[in-house]
Amino acid sequence: MSNNIVCHDGKLTSNGLRCKINPVGQNRFIGSTVTANKIFNSCNEAVADIFDGATIMVGGFGSYGGLPINLIVALSGQGAKDLTIIANMGGVGHELSHRIKPGGYQDSGILFENGQVSKFIGSVPALGGMPPTSPLEILFNEGKVEIETVPQGTLAERLRCGAGGLGGFYTPVGIGTTVEEGKEKKVIDGREYILELPLTADFALIKAHKADAFGNLVYRQTARCFNPVMAMAAKVTIVEVDELVPAGQLDPEVIVTPHIYVNRIVEVPQ
Amino acid sequence: MNDRLGEQTIALRAAREFTDGSVVNLGYGMPGLCANLIPGDKTVFFQSENGMLGYGSLATDEEKDYELINASDQPVTPLPGMCFFDSAAAFDMIRGGHIDIVVLGAYQVSEKGDLANWGRPGRPATGMGGGMDLAVGAKKIIVTMLHTTKDGVPRIVSECTYPLTARHCVSLIITDLAVMEITENGLLLKELAPGWTVPEVQALTGAKLTPAEDLKEIEL
Repeated sequence: MSNNIVCHDGKLTSNGLRCKINPVGQNRFIGSTVTANKIFNSCNEAVADIFDGATIMVGGFGSYGGLPINLIVALSGQGAKDLTIIANMGGVGHELSHRIKPGGYQDSGILFENGQVSKFIGSVPALGGMPPTSPLEILFNEGKVEIETVPQGTLAERLRCGAGGLGGFYTPVGIGTTVEEGKEKKVIDGREYILELPLTADFALIKAHKADAFGNLVYRQTARCFNPVMAMAAKVTIVEVDELVPAGQLDPEVIVTPHIYVNRIVEVPQ
Repeated sequence: MNDRLGEQTIALRAAREFTDGSVVNLGYGMPGLCANLIPGDKTVFFQSENGMLGYGSLATDEEKDYELINASDQPVTPLPGMCFFDSAAAFDMIRGGHIDIVVLGAYQVSEKGDLANWGRPGRPATGMGGGMDLAVGAKKIIVTMLHTTKDGVPRIVSECTYPLTARHCVSLIITDLAVMEITENGLLLKELAPGWTVPEVQALTGAKLTPAEDLKEIEL
């Protein structure tokens, strides 16, 4: 591990890390000599400044695995309103969640139930294989929330464009369907494409398996899914993790999300 | 009236299409059963759009790990050599033509291979998930479905009336009554469920079926 980052006592570095000058010979990446101000004691504190009208990405795929459940519950308690939620799925709500996982779980449904959301952007607002009783589907049918339905791969790529500073991309997905309506079309090498635009957000709520104190993240199995690309696409990324470890404890070769994309970390042991 | 094939049998017939070494994505519902139906002498790499390649069969209750799920929210089992990646990488694989076969469910399929599998009347809030990306990107699209609705209305039609997933994408349809190939000349009827005749199946189909010269009973 190199020692080439220059830190000054009490001053914030460009990475948002508050560092102390180390005694000679001590590796400043390990242990208490590095104090990251990214670490929050609770999910409630981590979501406290989410404001009315904010656009929020919610990670995971849709069901339990990879869903930032504790941050979602904290946001429901915090009460911010008129939110735009960007997520792969609209959530099934606690009642239907028992059909997916014994005992059930909370998902974005709780935000819809609370009347906190005015718009949803995602690929599966409601599951066709479930009864039409998810909170989002009920509110949509009552005309109380707007939905923008996006093919799942297009959603992932719009996030990646938002993360990577691109103005959009051309995809063949959606040609000949309702998805192409109102969008610019272009023929490239004889194939039709439609222009899709980037997505960004004020906040991303994501779930990872482990974070180090800098905010480097690793995930567990299919709980990775939309989390890394959302972490990169929001102004403020808030992550809940099973385990927080000192910097240097994650193998640099397997870190999936580099720490510069992560602003706040909450450890929620499983 | 003869019996219709069950979901397991339809999935087993679909799994027969998987060649050794192929990369296969299984859609929501009945297609997911194919993961349990791979013969021991074949290697098939199952890809899932939530970011997984090379998973095994569906998990039993004892094996369930809710951070190891397929795109239908079903826990699956790990296999040696499997790997994980994020959603953006998963769809690079899909749109980029790296998936050999996808098995999807459908509400309707047209005689031209148009697919409608995500929206239906009365459910405007359901979405297409990864279906459009898979239908556009995979090399071969197999549809497993019930031949008719519960009320006997044909799901195989001359023109889809439900919202489209993609046009001209399906190459093979496997139902509880028959196996049909989509050709330039329409629907080629290749196999029939045991006991069923061409006129009986035609009567439950909303498009013209052309019996193949080697039309036979479904083999599993």
